[in-house]
Amino acid sequence: MKILTANRLSDGEAVWLAADHSWSEAIDAAELARDATTEERLERTGKAAFLKNEVVDVNLIDVEVVDGAIRPLRLRERIRAAGPTNRIDLGKQARPEIAVAA
Amino acid sequence: MYRYDEFDHGFVKARVAEFREQVDRRLAGEITEDQFKPLRLMNGVYLQLHAYMLRVAIPYGTLNARQMRVLAHIARKYDKGYGHFTTRQNVQYNWPALADIPAILDDLASVEMHALQTSGNCIRNVTADHFAGAAADEVADPRPYAEILRQWSSVHPEFSYLPRKFKIAVTGAERDRAAIQVHDIGLHLKRNAQGELGFAVYVGGGQGRTPMIAKKIRDFLPEADLLAYTTAILRVYNLHGRRDNKYKARIKILVHETGTEELTGWVEKEFEALKDGELKLPEADIRAIETYFAPPALNVRPEGEAVVKEAQLDDRGFAAWLRRNVTTHRHPDYAAVTISLKAIGEAPGDATDAQMDAVADIAEELAFDEIRVSHEQNLILPHVARADLKTVYDRLVAIGLETANSGLVTDIIACPGLDYCALANARSISVAQDISRRFASQEKQEEIGELKLKISGCINACGHHHVGHIGILGVEKKGAELYQVTLGGSGDQNTSIGEIVGRGFGPEEIGGAIETVVETYLACRSGREETFLDTYRRLGAAPFKEALYGSEAKAA
Repeated sequence: MKILTANRLSDGEAVWLAADHSWSEAIDAAELARDATTEERLERTGKAAFLKNEVVDVNLIDVEVVDGAIRPLRLRERIRAAGPTNRIDLGKQARPEIAVAA
Repeated sequence: MYRYDEFDHGFVKARVAEFREQVDRRLAGEITEDQFKPLRLMNGVYLQLHAYMLRVAIPYGTLNARQMRVLAHIARKYDKGYGHFTTRQNVQYNWPALADIPAILDDLASVEMHALQTSGNCIRNVTADHFAGAAADEVADPRPYAEILRQWSSVHPEFSYLPRKFKIAVTGAERDRAAIQVHDIGLHLKRNAQGELGFAVYVGGGQGRTPMIAKKIRDFLPEADLLAYTTAILRVYNLHGRRDNKYKARIKILVHETGTEELTGWVEKEFEALKDGELKLPEADIRAIETYFAPPALNVRPEGEAVVKEAQLDDRGFAAWLRRNVTTHRHPDYAAVTISLKAIGEAPGDATDAQMDAVADIAEELAFDEIRVSHEQNLILPHVARADLKTVYDRLVAIGLETANSGLVTDIIACPGLDYCALANARSISVAQDISRRFASQEKQEEIGELKLKISGCINACGHHHVGHIGILGVEKKGAELYQVTLGGSGDQNTSIGEIVGRGFGPEEIGGAIETVVETYLACRSGREETFLDTYRRLGAAPFKEALYGSEAKAA
């Protein structure tokens, strides 16, 4: 399974592409691609957003679903989704609804 | 310290205005990311995992209180209340919005600072001994030469598109505290038999994926020839350095592949053509730059000895801090103070805005308005009267910066690692925190003695692991963090590259493995006076391998 991630141009915030084509600041809202067709569609949408200068550094990343929540396979992406593991008072994890990475 | 002249002010201001326009155009969609990326990098702006990162240059690590307060202000206003001091004597902000960066650069320019040449394939911030101008063992202050190199290398048209980045370090003492042998060019300022100043010149050192110790290609270069000779080296590198492979593009590879003798020949030939030309430094110019670095007027303060003696008896914490964080000054009534940014369990090199402000106040009131950033990620007050040491200590206690661990096992260098960095493969800070807590006992740390532990979260080696007495390199293996341990590295006048001791350790194992290494040292050393490094150099890796891997090591 894959989801599409990027960083927002204006402030660098890590974001994920949601089903409504918006960029969410929380990974949970990301649209899951379970097949190649959906992956291609996500990539096309990401490319368009890149060309419209909304986001930079657009990438498809591997994820799994654990207890109904999206969990990236790589620690790097889990840290992007949460924030620095040494400062749980910073980044997305400082918001009440988002869990820490490691 | 050096003060900007009209040209410097105008130049930095113009660059900020130019970048503001570039940011505006980027945000308006008038230029693409591919067009913008090299422009932002030229201004020290990176994109990391969570946000942009701004790297601010601190030339040869020297700051005054006013500048430190602006660094604090930026942390407070535009970032998340802290900054990260780096092994390049710079400071990094981890959370600035792109739209705010021109305003940050304006604030920096107001105190003669900028972020130019902190990225890109150019000559980067020139680093120097953090005790420059204060150390008892110094021949002369290396900073005037670092400043000359800074002026010469700033937007140097010929050297703005080198095959790869280029780092120069200068030391003015026999005891090398600037790690000059692991820089592209290392300069050791010294006097010849006639008492004239000049440099031993080292070329082709570096860490990263291919660590190399620099080769000495000149034993004594007269100071007047500094720019001509450096230009000769850069020209040879610019012409012959590899541009086909990023990983083989540093000058260390050119030196290694060409051979020292042949490369020296090329440099000397180039130098012959340059040495009596316009790059020859006029004596008057060198002395004029030197006046910017004139030491403060250090009045006689003989009462210091008695004050320090009495205070030590009353306060064990102060006594420990005196033993570890106070360095001999060339003036007997003064000392150089190391402010450790390695409190137990904290991220190495991080300081809050309040701490930065408080250090600025201390520097202004008690340390002649001088602050340094060391490549070991600590702050230095180079000139403090011994009579004022207790006051300085008490004020550091008030802001949690009194940790008495300079040069000890918890004085860890660590890069930001996977918690922030887009290049990292594994976390560094969490490993540093774990090890720091394991060795938290002051008594235990002092029993272990001098031990430099350095951690990098990827092969680029920003955490200098290759020259750690104990080095830790984080890699990614099958999606998990794995930490390789190297032993026997050193970044001083007897530089050595650490050797990998064996298979790596997982994130839960690495702290215990380091404890095993240290316990092995304690069991094997000939006495308290034999440091970890000396013990390793005497015995080699065998006892450490045995302790870490047991029968597994014998089988291999």
